[in-house]
Amino acid sequence: MSRRRISAGDFLFQSGISSFALVLVFVVAAIGIVLCYQSLPTIREFGFNFWRTQTWDPVLGEFGALPFIWGTLYSSLLALLIATPISIGVAIFISELCPQQLKHYLVFLTELLAAVPSIVYGMWGIFVLVPAVRTMEGWTPEWLRSFPLFSGPRVGVSMLSAALILAVMVIPFTSSVAREVLKAVPLAQRETAYALGATRWEVTKIVLHYARVGIVGSIMLGLGRAFGETMAVIMVIGNTPQLSLSLFAPQYTMAGVIANEFVEAANDLHISALIEIGFVLFIVTFVINAGSRLLIWGMTHQRKQAVAVVKESVEPAA
Amino acid sequence: MNLRSLRRRITSHVMSFLCVLAVLVALVPLGFILFFVVSQGIGSINLDFFTQMPKPVGEAGGGMANAIMGTLIVCGLGALFAIPIGIMSGIYVAQAAGSQRANTVRFAADILNGIPSIVIGVFVYAVAVSPFKQFTALAGGIALGIMMIPLIARTTEEMVRMVPGTMLEGALALGATRSRAMVTVVLPSALPGIVTGVVLALARIAGETAPLLFTASNSRYWSTNLAQPISTLPTQVFAYATGPYDDWHRQAWAGALVLICLVLFCSIMARLATRRLERMQTGQ
Repeated sequence: MSRRRISAGDFLFQSGISSFALVLVFVVAAIGIVLCYQSLPTIREFGFNFWRTQTWDPVLGEFGALPFIWGTLYSSLLALLIATPISIGVAIFISELCPQQLKHYLVFLTELLAAVPSIVYGMWGIFVLVPAVRTMEGWTPEWLRSFPLFSGPRVGVSMLSAALILAVMVIPFTSSVAREVLKAVPLAQRETAYALGATRWEVTKIVLHYARVGIVGSIMLGLGRAFGETMAVIMVIGNTPQLSLSLFAPQYTMAGVIANEFVEAANDLHISALIEIGFVLFIVTFVINAGSRLLIWGMTHQRKQAVAVVKESVEPAA
Repeated sequence: MNLRSLRRRITSHVMSFLCVLAVLVALVPLGFILFFVVSQGIGSINLDFFTQMPKPVGEAGGGMANAIMGTLIVCGLGALFAIPIGIMSGIYVAQAAGSQRANTVRFAADILNGIPSIVIGVFVYAVAVSPFKQFTALAGGIALGIMMIPLIARTTEEMVRMVPGTMLEGALALGATRSRAMVTVVLPSALPGIVTGVVLALARIAGETAPLLFTASNSRYWSTNLAQPISTLPTQVFAYATGPYDDWHRQAWAGALVLICLVLFCSIMARLATRRLERMQTGQ
């Protein structure tokens, strides 16, 4: 078999674009390697205790990152709890229910919601959301306060504010990916169900069932966003490292401690500790993103196969 | 009509209503935010805001001229890094679509897009700030550039793939080499879309704060020196919003308004442009 001849221009063009594409891959690898290397001092010094202990005292050289992990996990999960039903509702409405003309505007508005800078969300959080949450917290009846979920002083800067603002920020992401996934469900699925006399909601349930894997992927993408969100959260969460179940307690997140302490780090070990937190954020978001992309890719691939099958049956080879 | 079908129809209507409710709940914050930013910020927007330096604490007035300049410089630098890498990798993925290598590049772009911006800030600090013991505008530009790459790569890929395959085939049939057909036929038709993508990426990036905190840092002075720390709109808004003075808060709202207007303007322009592109595509 003879090799296809390639002209000099083609060769140059190909090697040009592939070298730039290589740079992209290289940047991702470099981020992982550099962060890992820079966090070696604390990994050696504390090992796994870094993630198990609670004392964070840069001056005395004690670094325990557990409260930050707790804050990140707790705020993100709360945010997902609020955001997931709303995002899926939005996705269903836009892709299944809403009239064609309205669709463009709704898509545009959700895109806008995703484009608002997080610093603006944070400002709105400080000056509008936190006072509102403080008032709301004031309404909680006395008997509720004995529950760990609602204990503590009611100051407004709290886990609750952080979860709310994160939810608002996650909704446009999750809903736009979920919308793409719903769009990938073959029309035949809906038409068959309608033909059998299903109501709109019953059809939607079938579509959702078909798209469930991709929907899980879209929720995971939202989780990745929530883990990494920095500015809006540090402006409303109160930045106090503590392990507390209370929604009203000020807490701290991993991204938050990096943003607040990096510039004023006390010593090299402190920097290394913060970089290790960043490294773990990198790994976690890597895994979440890779996982959800695989799920969503699976969905769209399935769709291509389905389309091919339909095409074959509609246009038999002449 | 039997009871069962009535129940099914009611369930259907209730669920549709809940979906409408979800849309309203999702969009209410957007309305709230736009309302507050405009109503609080509009009073402090004047010519001074764009042309004056920040005043010392206690003196009213002043502006954010240095921060606006800083944002222009840092975003410009970011675009300078990201545009070649982003566009070239986008073309690469579109051209080799479906191959293992193209999938790897696209996967890397997706991962890069998902990395928290603060982590990118830490990375750039480690490679471009700590070796020189100096916060620099250049480092800020690198951080923003890294964040722009996946956005540009993604839109470039989509736009190149939107160009009808028949155009490429036509050029090849006329005897053009693959690269020539790409450069003279496919890319020019994808160009408006690619430019739109770059503008959108710039709008996204202009509001980023976290990756700039410890790369470009902040500065109280007018600076255009790439080797010095530089103030940007988002970092300045952050500093003012978290400060204790009412004057600062007013300035911060004004800064937020400028940022929102920037994002709004770019999004609307991009929306209009892509609408026209889509119409052209379907018209063909």
